[in-house]
Amino acid sequence: MIYCIGHSIISPLGEGSQANVEAVKAGRSGLKIHTDRFESVEPFCASLFDTPQEFVPLCIRSVEMAKGETDLADPSTIFILSTTKGDQLDLFTPAQSIARHFGNPNPPIVVSNACTSGVCAQITALRLLDAGLYKSAVVIGCDIQTKFIISGFQAFKALSPEPCLPFSPDRKGLNLGEATATIIYTSEVRKGWRLEAGSIHNDANHISAPSRTGEGAYRCLTDVTEGIDPAEIDLLGVHGTATLYNDDMERTAIERAGLQNVPMSVLKPFFGHTMGAAGVVETIIGMELIQRGIFIKMLSGFGGVNAAIRLRCE
Amino acid sequence: MRVSHEIEITPAAVVLNGQPIATNEQGEKMLVELYRRYVKDYPKFFKMDTLSRLGFIAAELLLQDQPVAAVILANRSASIKNDTDYLATITGENYYPSPALFVYTLPNIVTGEIAIRHHIQGETSCYILEKPEQLEPIILSQINRQSPILAGWCECSGPNTFNAKLQIIWNN
Repeated sequence: MIYCIGHSIISPLGEGSQANVEAVKAGRSGLKIHTDRFESVEPFCASLFDTPQEFVPLCIRSVEMAKGETDLADPSTIFILSTTKGDQLDLFTPAQSIARHFGNPNPPIVVSNACTSGVCAQITALRLLDAGLYKSAVVIGCDIQTKFIISGFQAFKALSPEPCLPFSPDRKGLNLGEATATIIYTSEVRKGWRLEAGSIHNDANHISAPSRTGEGAYRCLTDVTEGIDPAEIDLLGVHGTATLYNDDMERTAIERAGLQNVPMSVLKPFFGHTMGAAGVVETIIGMELIQRGIFIKMLSGFGGVNAAIRLRCE
Repeated sequence: MRVSHEIEITPAAVVLNGQPIATNEQGEKMLVELYRRYVKDYPKFFKMDTLSRLGFIAAELLLQDQPVAAVILANRSASIKNDTDYLATITGENYYPSPALFVYTLPNIVTGEIAIRHHIQGETSCYILEKPEQLEPIILSQINRQSPILAGWCECSGPNTFNAKLQIIWNN
């Protein structure tokens, strides 16, 4: 079990977790139709920073906001970066630059498990701290959009030309987004949110299409809700990318796990799909939205991978 | 933690459980040679990028019929070889992004390919690390496993610059 000390989000919706939560509560969205970014051959709808951001300084700013009194230079602190494309396709060097900036002596860990990375990075923190290898973990999620990513998703025909509609019969695909977010965890017992359990499962079905039976996601959900009555769960933060098949897969997995009556949150209409940042951003918003209780966060991604975590605040 | 089986693949050599496997080819061609000799009936292999082919062949030779509960791989260069190939399809006048190529621009796809081939519905995880030793504590902290896991280093920075060292690791 590990405990949340602090967190931050920087997104087109604002600077800091509070600004982002307020934006979500007010129904503001970062999604806009763009015609002149990334040499795109067609207009696309995404949540982008007005001014292009650099990966490393953006992450550093996010950590600065989240760190509070934590001594990040201490050897008992580990930096864990969740990202899919890092800084211009380099994933390790930016993680190293961030850790070094804060004087941390340990080589950082980068988690790159497609769209589930932000949840998987928190699971990695949970395991390393539970095993007593470190006392605190700085979990950073970040991805910045590029021509590389936009063109790829366009080629996949996965992008919606308008703001996405998760779980709607009229959904047309996903919107991409940019954000960075940080959560600092400690193994020292304290009040507030704690991360209790995590699970990762592969569908073993297809590398780019979700399982029809939602097998991996179903297994993750049953793992993290073991021994818990669905009525006790206050919020289920779903992935809800608004692609035809992934939303269907999630619905199947949620129903199979008996969680269909749990209140759900889906944040893609506010932030877009922020890839490596999604799991961290959406965990923070979920914690802030309900303030207390049991919160389950789930994600799924390319490579057939699914992940879920259980957080609790009493 | 106990290692029962191990494979090492470099562009010039394959060593399975301490025994070298003789090959005629080197680099990418050697992976195809190993596929033709030991696998034969999995044409999806030819759709894979070099990183996935490397991990796939290593897992194929190593696992045989041994079930594993999880696949935990790490490397230093993520999916840079395939990223570079994809980048070439969107640069300049011949703009034609390929979805088949784009899907391999994630370093965890190789873990998915292994999971599909060996029907592994347990955990698949991919880490980008400075060096292989950094993976040990990550594997050690994966406690409570009844079945062994497949884990190791699977690195590819070019068609003929790669190395894999995969192991079957038991918790007892």
